[in-house]
Amino acid sequence: MQRLCDCCSNPATVHETLVENGVKTEVHLCAEHAVERGLIVPGPHGPALVVAKLLQGQLSAQQPARRAVKTCPTCGSSMQSIREAGLAGCPLCYRHFEEELGSLINRAQGGASVHVGRHPAHAAELVDRAALRNKLARELREAVSREEYERAAKIRDRLQALGGQASDAFAESDSTIAGEHEGEAQP
Amino acid sequence: MTPSESSSADGLPSQPSGVASTDHARTNSGAPLHASRLVRADDTQPPPDADCVLSSRIRLARNLLGFHFVNKASPPMLSDIVHRVQSARFGGPFAGGVRWVNVQATAPADRLLLFERNLISRPFVEAQHPRGVAISSDESASVMVNEEDHLRLQMLAPGLQLVALAERMFALDAELEHSLEFAFHPRFGYLTACPTNVGTGIRVSAMLHLPALRLLEELDKVQRAAKDLHLAVRGFHGEGTDALGDFFQVSNQVTLGRSEIDIVEEFNSVIVPRFIAYERAARRALLERDAASLDDRIYRALGILRTCRLLTLDEAIKFLSRLRLGAATGRLTEVPLALIDRLLLEVQPAHLARTTGCELGADRAARAEFVRRSLR
Repeated sequence: MQRLCDCCSNPATVHETLVENGVKTEVHLCAEHAVERGLIVPGPHGPALVVAKLLQGQLSAQQPARRAVKTCPTCGSSMQSIREAGLAGCPLCYRHFEEELGSLINRAQGGASVHVGRHPAHAAELVDRAALRNKLARELREAVSREEYERAAKIRDRLQALGGQASDAFAESDSTIAGEHEGEAQP
Repeated sequence: MTPSESSSADGLPSQPSGVASTDHARTNSGAPLHASRLVRADDTQPPPDADCVLSSRIRLARNLLGFHFVNKASPPMLSDIVHRVQSARFGGPFAGGVRWVNVQATAPADRLLLFERNLISRPFVEAQHPRGVAISSDESASVMVNEEDHLRLQMLAPGLQLVALAERMFALDAELEHSLEFAFHPRFGYLTACPTNVGTGIRVSAMLHLPALRLLEELDKVQRAAKDLHLAVRGFHGEGTDALGDFFQVSNQVTLGRSEIDIVEEFNSVIVPRFIAYERAARRALLERDAASLDDRIYRALGILRTCRLLTLDEAIKFLSRLRLGAATGRLTEVPLALIDRLLLEVQPAHLARTTGCELGADRAARAEFVRRSLR
């Protein structure tokens, strides 16, 4: 048999056991009286919450929530498709999946992670800047590990002046693709 | 095209279908593809370490910025890439002229011919999409357009001479870079379709002839050394092919974190010499142990090749390999090494079909006759 609200004849929807000065009391209240007594905060709860979420398109009763898959905005490749094919889709995949591809490359190359050697003339400035950034990043890590915070702050400022975030320094790279033209790739 | 029309005076294959030369690097488009650069005239100095090394090869992978990689590109985009590369300025080994072959429009037998001459890869023979290859007039260099990467620059030479090849390769790369913008990342280097090729994009390889190691069943020595040195060991025609006879291609796998010249120099002066030393030691051991058995093996092979009436490709390679061991060790003086190396190329199916007019694949009698005549 359904229990009724302690204060009215509506069915009770809130059931609480309250302990006050060592004395246990059970209360059974309808939603209205529970709000009035401060036992629940007004707002979408229970069925109302579900309706509100449905209206916002945040929840579907039939489907589990979907995780957004990161894709390369230039060619549409995902890390999964790259892994399956063993091939990236376009040069810009290396920027969009820098972290994921970086660790894959690192494993395949016996631990190597930074290019050494020839580069196109048009990338000379980028290469110099990347080399400087790598050097400063090393110095920054050293300074932090020795707790030389004043020196670290100066290095951080120099890194920031070079462009990019100081926190990127730990990635040991400058994730720019030489001469890239975002919009140029054709469908 | 009938065989007589397609063969040049020296019996070597003439120009395949789909060949065109570019305006800025004019070549005699009627000239036949002459004997491979892997084959020397018999009276020239033998190339370095030719006793154990058939050929050296360097490949660079390059991709154009602003285009999807080949696996993701549409046919119009692939055609556009071909056109862009065709209008680029070639230099270095192409100074003498550029011969363009539209591979898509080329007959299957001619594609196979280019493959046997190591000018294009096996996947490039069979692909369906728009693609082409530029071949230098001396056939020492080729540039495949739309293989796995937009450009695969390749240079070949007989024997072991990788450093000299690398210098010419870098000249070609630098010249192409004037007219083409290559995708490059400061951390990952030259960007390639396959993430394991990034960095220098270089593949350095040597085709080794290791008959004595095989006879002594010491090939596991080669496999172990290759594993320790992070090398790939492949077959006669490179990636995806089986070892034929006693020929093995070794190549580097690490392309990132070391400069091109470091990779080439180590390969040329440390890695390949190690395999050569193993093979030469095995040859000495064979001779010391039982020279008569070794001679018997070599001369029986010569007897078979001079008298057989039917000869499969595998048999031809097997017996030519024994002759090569004889010529390289001085046990066989009547057949020069250069002739053996030329036969190793000319007994391949597409070459044989072109030279003798036999049907592709139904060539055992023609091969036997061709080899008999050549060794007479």
